[in-house]
Amino acid sequence: MLLSLRNVSKSYTTAEGRLDILKGIDFDLDAGESVALTGESGSGKSTLLHLAGGLDHPDTGQILSAGRDIAALDDRGRAEYRRAAVGLVFQQFNLIPSLDVAANISFHAKLAGRHDREWERELVGRLGIEALLSRYPEQLSGGQQQRVAIGRTLAARPPLVLADEPTGNLDESTGDAVIGIMLSLTKSAGAALLMVTHSSRLAQMLDRKVHLSGGKIV
Amino acid sequence: MLWTAATALLSHWRRRPLQLATLVLGLSLATALWSGVQAINAEARASYARASSVLDQKELTQLVPRRGDSIPQGTYTKLRRAGWNVSPVIEGDHRIGNTRVRLIGIDPLTMPAKAGGFKTGDTSNLTAFMSQPGVLIVSQGTALKLKGHTQMQLQISPDMPDGAAFTDIGIAESVLKRRGELSRLLVAVEQRPDLPSLGTIAPEIARKEPGDRPDVAQLTDSFHLNLTAFGFLAFVVGLFIVYATVGLAFEQRRATFRTLRSLGLPLSSLTLLLVTELLVLAFVAGVVGVVIGYVVASLLLPDVAATLQGLYGASVPSSLSIRPSWWATGLAMAIAGTIVSSAESLWRVRSMPLLTAAQPRAWLRATTVGIRVQLAVGLLLLIMSGALATFGHGLMVGFAVLGCLLLGAALMLPGVLSACLAVLQKRSSRALVTWFWADTRQQLPGLSLALMALLLALAANVGVGTMVSSFRLTFIGWLDQRLAAELYVMARDESEASRLRAWLPARSTSVLPIWSVAGEVLGDRLEIFGAAADDPTYRDNWPLLSGTVDVWDRIAAGRGVLVNEQFWRRKALGIGTGLVLPGGWEVPIVGVYSDYGNPKGQVIVGIDALAAHYPHVSKLRYGVRVPPADAAGLKERLTSEFGLPAENVIDQTTLKRQSRAVFDRTFVVTGALNAFTLGVAGFAMFSSLLTLSGIRLPQLAPVWAMGIRRRDLALLEVLRTLALWLATFIAAVPVGLALAWVLLSIVNVEAFGWRLPMRIFPMDWLILAIVALAAAIVSIFVPLRRLATIAPSDLLRVFANER
Ligand SMILES: Nc1ncnc2c1ncn2[C@@H]1O[C@H](COP(=O)(O)OP(=O)(O)OP(=O)(O)O)[C@@H](O)[C@H]1O
Ligand SMILES: [Mg+2]
Repeated sequence: MLLSLRNVSKSYTTAEGRLDILKGIDFDLDAGESVALTGESGSGKSTLLHLAGGLDHPDTGQILSAGRDIAALDDRGRAEYRRAAVGLVFQQFNLIPSLDVAANISFHAKLAGRHDREWERELVGRLGIEALLSRYPEQLSGGQQQRVAIGRTLAARPPLVLADEPTGNLDESTGDAVIGIMLSLTKSAGAALLMVTHSSRLAQMLDRKVHLSGGKIV
Repeated sequence: MLWTAATALLSHWRRRPLQLATLVLGLSLATALWSGVQAINAEARASYARASSVLDQKELTQLVPRRGDSIPQGTYTKLRRAGWNVSPVIEGDHRIGNTRVRLIGIDPLTMPAKAGGFKTGDTSNLTAFMSQPGVLIVSQGTALKLKGHTQMQLQISPDMPDGAAFTDIGIAESVLKRRGELSRLLVAVEQRPDLPSLGTIAPEIARKEPGDRPDVAQLTDSFHLNLTAFGFLAFVVGLFIVYATVGLAFEQRRATFRTLRSLGLPLSSLTLLLVTELLVLAFVAGVVGVVIGYVVASLLLPDVAATLQGLYGASVPSSLSIRPSWWATGLAMAIAGTIVSSAESLWRVRSMPLLTAAQPRAWLRATTVGIRVQLAVGLLLLIMSGALATFGHGLMVGFAVLGCLLLGAALMLPGVLSACLAVLQKRSSRALVTWFWADTRQQLPGLSLALMALLLALAANVGVGTMVSSFRLTFIGWLDQRLAAELYVMARDESEASRLRAWLPARSTSVLPIWSVAGEVLGDRLEIFGAAADDPTYRDNWPLLSGTVDVWDRIAAGRGVLVNEQFWRRKALGIGTGLVLPGGWEVPIVGVYSDYGNPKGQVIVGIDALAAHYPHVSKLRYGVRVPPADAAGLKERLTSEFGLPAENVIDQTTLKRQSRAVFDRTFVVTGALNAFTLGVAGFAMFSSLLTLSGIRLPQLAPVWAMGIRRRDLALLEVLRTLALWLATFIAAVPVGLALAWVLLSIVNVEAFGWRLPMRIFPMDWLILAIVALAAAIVSIFVPLRRLATIAPSDLLRVFANER
């Protein structure tokens, strides 16, 4: 088991009062498996992903990764976890604006201590971004940016990739192409994938599909 | 409609009180320094004008001797008889108690009305004025010093400058022992039309037209120019803040502008609203600034007064009067400054298309091209500065050199920093380090104004600090040489002086007379000192800038004269040039000596020759050499055995301490202005960092998501700020040294007539670096706390659609 969520709950305190978003989530993800996470807007998909990625911590419950409870880690431990064990792809602002594409791609790999030139070259080739290496993020289109973000994530060879609507800002055909590349690359890297998506068509392309509703996995 | 629009625009400030405070405070500080300096200048100028109009009657044409320093009584009588409406003046220095007073003897009956300063009043006053023991018209301050030391009646006049006194000419004649020797004649404005010409009646005197500027004002001009330059520098530094804040406020309100316009508010009304808003802010900031400026000025004025007194002997009252003119200028500067620094933002609003996406970071994006152009312009200015320094002459050129140097260096700074950062980025292999340099480089456009302001402030600190310290060290070394005698004694009158001459030699190693006469040489009034040139005190200690091999022998023999540096430079003299001293005595120049801090010319001749040519020289003062251990004993005996009052015997240590004290107060003013400028620059940095911290989340969030803690990011932020401050500091040191060099070798020579050797004080830089470091930490503190305590959800929001 690569990742297990045990009875995880999370709430936000807002001006209107307490807002229970996740109410006892139980969820498992095997190594190399790809899972689509669907649900209505506001159902807590992003929240769940952030908890799994060690970006935020739950109110109660355990998040087990390789036997360790991420939820119990302190700030330093969670940062370490993000560096070494997960790769994140978001809807936007994935790239570091001050670094060019080449530096962005190797950034996470270097931080994780897994920089591998050969693998990086292969990724760049398969993503079709060789021509963009010396450009800066603001000089790229949305689809190009997301391809670079995927390259950046996979270059670090994380066992787990978390993606939050990575193609939400792209048109359908570009989005499909990007997802296609991402799926095949995660498979060949042997990484597990948990991807939030609104599109059942995209969800179809993954191994499994879970639905979030009323704060529970159904 | 207009009102609704105005409320919408103003609501921005309500939500961002810190931004509003930054804007108002930045502008106020800038205005405060500017108007404070102006207040000091106005006060000082007014008092010079008063002083010189009273003392020298500069608005009047005068008749002065062609040779020597006196006009015979007979000449005056001749002129009066021929119908010339002239009035005689006898003046000279006179010691009353321990105070040296410039005594100006006038004839109240023939004195032209325009001479001013002195009101003859009613006849009983006039009678007292003209009869023994006489009346001295003096300032309040002088009256306090003279009280009890003279039988003459003291009459206080607010128009009198310190250290001078008007008295009747007959009394001046007897006190100054100038029988029938007039100093000059004042020519009244009203004259008979058919006067015989001066040349036919009295060829021995020359006509001197009224000078358009008082002498002392000319001397102190450079000081005020310095102050003004400083004030202006601080003002420009402040404008950097205004520019950055207005730019941001406008950029953040783009959406509001667009909404208002699409709701039908015409562009002209929008512009009108924005201009009104800016003017109101400028007015408020201007008033606050002028008030702060007044406080700053009244705090500094006592030191300025001491400085001017110490440097030039010019007297300035040490309290401030409120002049409407500088209220007006202060406000005008604030408003003009606001308009200049917000013109670009206003223009952008006018040319903004109705439908473009908001670009919150657009105002930051100084393109690479912009930085390159800046670099080129800066380089050009530096070259121009160098060229001016090499080929130009004059005080204004000196300041132009300074201006080009500072501006050029400031403009080049972002480009140079950017290049350095690019190199560092290339050379680093660790991901985080590479990112650190790259990210720092990305911050440059947003920080460049603040960094430029910081560079100017730091360079000014280094430069002026170097100048002041060089000055101080040289001055103290020079004092040690010049004040070589262990004791300085002053007899109260000539008979006591001759007793002293008999009493001292047996009890000391040697006695050095310090006698001087005032006279006119090459058209300048100066002091002619006598020196016992045979004494080793002179041969060993007197610092000469250049001279013939046998200088002291020739001085001792009365066959040569020494001139001070300022006189030498001003008159472009050379060794060997013949000088005609008063009385037609012609001697060649054999050497030049440095005479720091003295605005006037001075010459030194052999003591015997002085006494021979000017038998009436007052012989009251002496330097006494004794073994240092015996100085205290001799001082004691001089008072107890010989009977001199204690205040007439001064030992060297006391004298040096006094001189040093005067000197140290001299530069308190520059020190204070320096600190203020640095403060304003620190504030500019603070507001820029604060501004940047608000738009930095998208730059930091990915790095955080990839496993760098907020705490480490905050630490890196501190390192980044320190690195930028350090780099700016390093850049400021050579700029500051260049500034010091220009001040010492160009401005000082042009302004004061003497050149100072430059000395370098790395310890001072260390102190400045520590102060700057503290300011850097303060400037990053608030933005840093924001970052370190930011909630993960705020960082996460960056990645979601909500932005
Ligand atoms: N920091 C926060 N403070 C308060 N409420 C929050 C916060 N972050 C998220 N929420 C609320 O939690 C709920 C779930 O948010 P989340 O972003 O997980 O939804 P989502 O399923 O990803 O929706 P979408 O499909 O629109 O992205 C929403 O109602 C949101 O308003
Ligand atoms: Mg979401």
